Amino acid sequence: MQTKKFMDAEAVESLVDVMAGKLWSDLNDRAISAPLMVGIRTGGVWIAEMLHQELGLPDPLGTLDISFYRDDYTRIGMNPEVHPSDLPVPLDDRHIVLVDDVLHTGRTIRAALNEIFDYGRPASILLATLVDRGGRELPIQPDVVGLRPSLDPAQHITLTGPDPLGLVIGNHANRRSRNEEEPET
Amino acid sequence: MSQAGANLQLDGSGRLLHFLTIEGLPREMLTEILDTAEGFTGVSERTVKKVPLCRGKIVANLFFENSTRTRTTFELAAKRLSADVLNLNISASATSKGETLLDTLRNLEAMHVDMFVVRHASSGTAHFIAQHADPGVGVMNAGDGRHAHPTQAMLDMFTIRRHKGEFAGLRVAIVGDILHSRVARSQILALNTLGVSEVRVIAPRTLLPADTRSLGVHVYHDMQEGVRGVDVIIMLRLQRERMQGALLPSEHEYFRLFGLTEERLALADPQVIVMHPGPINRGVEMDTQVADGGKSVILQQVSYGIAVRMAVISMVIGSQNLRTQR
Repeated sequence: MQTKKFMDAEAVESLVDVMAGKLWSDLNDRAISAPLMVGIRTGGVWIAEMLHQELGLPDPLGTLDISFYRDDYTRIGMNPEVHPSDLPVPLDDRHIVLVDDVLHTGRTIRAALNEIFDYGRPASILLATLVDRGGRELPIQPDVVGLRPSLDPAQHITLTGPDPLGLVIGNHANRRSRNEEEPET
Repeated sequence: MSQAGANLQLDGSGRLLHFLTIEGLPREMLTEILDTAEGFTGVSERTVKKVPLCRGKIVANLFFENSTRTRTTFELAAKRLSADVLNLNISASATSKGETLLDTLRNLEAMHVDMFVVRHASSGTAHFIAQHADPGVGVMNAGDGRHAHPTQAMLDMFTIRRHKGEFAGLRVAIVGDILHSRVARSQILALNTLGVSEVRVIAPRTLLPADTRSLGVHVYHDMQEGVRGVDVIIMLRLQRERMQGALLPSEHEYFRLFGLTEERLALADPQVIVMHPGPINRGVEMDTQVADGGKSVILQQVSYGIAVRMAVISMVIGSQNLRTQR
């Protein structure tokens, strides 16, 4: 698969700074002071860690592994690298900031929302993503976005990391082999 | 049969199509099962103790032999994956092998069952069903005769990994009726595949198979000697019917020679864990103080059994889905 570097770590970090600023004012507008932040594995957790630190949130960061909620399980089988989700604080009646790296079809977010509701009933959920690359297949929109690049439908954009972070662009050809499987974003 | 069993279990890309025996499965597959099970452990602690992975799938429990723990944990595992579960109580007397077994199978397939969980007193039954099942239908061996009980072995491996971290460097002793035990056979294969340092079996000569050494184990007939320095002690259940077969003089005699007491436990590594597949005969295989003591992880084994069975069920149903799409 052909990939090319799109953004280096420094550029990604400045995008996260932008996100933190937008998120801060969005939370203020809604009068939310201490939201619970939850990152979606794997790239979403990297971004969430940075946002969590920048906003100085009091509760520990939660992580979601949506493998058990994916709608393509019957097409691609079990993800061999699944991790337990970790939501250390009860989320009933809490305001949640859900963080992912790349928003594409919206299917990952659908799965994440379903999983969150199996843990409890939050007061609200905000969605923050580093990249919104368009191509939605579900009625899901982000509240906070770092970057909206214009991409060809055959191209895909991936966050690499965690050290150093970077964004790479590649083509969708030659997918669907077991080890190269990309989650639907 | 073993070689055929191994081929039957995996598809061309090494995915798990059935789970019949540990034999022939590479270390990577066993590790994948343990890792996947790790992901499922949290589900039991949530508000909704279910994930939607196998929604719309039907799992049929075919238990030709009695079982409470295994059947219940298979049922819970399937339900936590959102599958629908059929429990078929088929007594061994009502169904003989061969044609009627196949008839049972065909009838259930006509109801679009996606998975069979099979326990049978005859070795090879699950393998036989897997050979004849339609593509897209997975088979789980929940114990066949003296042959194999792979999910029990994997939940034991999961328990060991949870407590000890790594398999390398571990010394594990299995105590009791090795001869008649499908659990012991599967455990020995799994322990050796995962690369423990040493597997010991401790048993009277009458309860050991003739070919024990070919299994890759060290044989001990003396309990004190056998448990010295080990990291894990696995006690097997003593079936009372063995007493009638003149293989053992009495339960009391067995306990005197092979029972796990506090004094014998003190000879093992200070961090030793004690395991038992259940049900325990207190005062026969081990003292009550040991069974309920701080080194016993017997009840954890039961809880982990659900996560491990969720892992293999979801892996098999996932691979079988792919099979029917091609």
